[in-house]
Amino acid sequence: MRRQFVATLERLLEEDSRVVLLLGDIGVFGFRNSFAKFPMRTINIGILEQATVSLAAGLAKEGFIPVFHSIAPFVVERAYEQLKVDFCYQSLGGNFVSVGASYDYAALGCTHHCPADVSLMKSLPGMQVVVPGHPHELDTLFRQTYANSCPTYFRLTERNNEMDRDVEFGKATVIQRGDAITVIVVGPLLDTVIRAVGGLNLTILYYTTLSPFDSATLAENCPSGKVVVVEPFYEGTLVNDVVASLKYRPVSITNIGVPRRFLTNYGAAEEHDIACGLAAEAIRQKVEECIHA
Amino acid sequence: MKDHIKQCPEVIKRMKRQIVLASARKGEGHIASAFSILDILWVLYSSVLRTFPDDPRHEDRDRFILSKGHGSLALYAVLAEMGFFPSAEFDRFAEFEGSLGGHPDCNKVPGVEASTGSLGHGFPMAVGMAIGLRIKNSSSRVCCLIGDGEANEGSVWEAAMLSVHHKLGNLTCILDYNHSGDRALVLGDLRQKFAAFGWEVCEIDGHDHQQILMAATPTGGEVPRMVIANTIKGKGCQEMENNPAWHHKSPSPAELESLLAQLT
Repeated sequence: MRRQFVATLERLLEEDSRVVLLLGDIGVFGFRNSFAKFPMRTINIGILEQATVSLAAGLAKEGFIPVFHSIAPFVVERAYEQLKVDFCYQSLGGNFVSVGASYDYAALGCTHHCPADVSLMKSLPGMQVVVPGHPHELDTLFRQTYANSCPTYFRLTERNNEMDRDVEFGKATVIQRGDAITVIVVGPLLDTVIRAVGGLNLTILYYTTLSPFDSATLAENCPSGKVVVVEPFYEGTLVNDVVASLKYRPVSITNIGVPRRFLTNYGAAEEHDIACGLAAEAIRQKVEECIHA
Repeated sequence: MKDHIKQCPEVIKRMKRQIVLASARKGEGHIASAFSILDILWVLYSSVLRTFPDDPRHEDRDRFILSKGHGSLALYAVLAEMGFFPSAEFDRFAEFEGSLGGHPDCNKVPGVEASTGSLGHGFPMAVGMAIGLRIKNSSSRVCCLIGDGEANEGSVWEAAMLSVHHKLGNLTCILDYNHSGDRALVLGDLRQKFAAFGWEVCEIDGHDHQQILMAATPTGGEVPRMVIANTIKGKGCQEMENNPAWHHKSPSPAELESLLAQLT
């Protein structure tokens, strides 16, 4: 997905003279062509995320479309107040593109984990949140949103689904319809969920935009009132959206996500999936529990 | 741009009266901080910055960012004096439906470039604007004002590094050095510190209009310019000058009478 990000940005730097790319001293080699072709608009800004986000707001005030790229905790958590005040409060457009969340950099430890990113970004009024599950989806969603004058957070992942889906910003995609329950799955977990629930008569809704949340698609596809949310970030992040979408209807929600504790083990992301209950077997078990509850 | 300016005590006193009255009316406002920077803002807007009060977002304007947003009453007074909005708006200072608040909102107040208040944000925003203007090959300039307490923030020093690295000769930063931050963290010789970061630095009396004019007038170099303005917090009212009790305080009726007597 990072290669796709480079390709998408290279094209947009060419097509749109308002785009300015700011790198937090990562991905510099990958963007070598952009540095050569657009030296004024491709800047390795350094490791100073707070000033970078404010600086990006200054660029936005001058009519540019800033794109800031760094590792998730440093984009979201280090510079959170700058995102809140300089972009959301001032109503400026900009794009914030992370890598490494939730525990894609598992072996680097907790300082480089960021399962809180979506929860935090969804708390900011006006912030759009996008979690693509495939490189082509990133390209589609980025092009649909990057210039819409809103701040937007894009969460790139090291692992993605095998095939891309027909996605549209702000819309969920219905993967299959069934009666027993409705499963909401976010971005890169789609393949895992499809593997997990094979043979079960249930609805699968695929979400790549999390703010704004597509309430209509959920409301139209939840006849049971039972919802399982499979989210690759802190569990419970989407609870409010689900409840608000199914207003006046009784709803039962099962959250399958990253538990709210520090993940102090190292290893590989796949090992953390198993430990967090985000592997296919554990998801199947919880889905079946929900169906029979 | 002018090369000479007379001290304008009557204009300054008139604006200070407006500030004191607005604060007393609502029981809100950082009067002393406003008095610390009022001379600087007046000289900038009357004699240095290229502005368009009838078209505040004119592309050819110079940009000014009040990074220490709690000095907003000074900015409002100068903007009103320059004709950006009617002085009558002061009557609604800090009102629920008013446009003028304790910290400035760029989406409400004509002439305000950035919504500031959280310290350490405006300076790096100014850096971004200066980079943006250079990409656009614009001759407009960016001027930013920070406080010495604000210079505790790490983002100020991040911005200081970026400004020099990117050779932002179109950026001037004025540091309102009233030493109110000393009770927490003594910053010492800021001239030396910013010079060490690579800035062109000068030091002035921040209440002397001719010195402000000379220091803030662009020199055309490739290096950003830092003006260390030595100021007195609460300048012009004896009980307020360098008195921490007045940092965020509105006058009682008796205090108001005393303040106004000193401003006539």
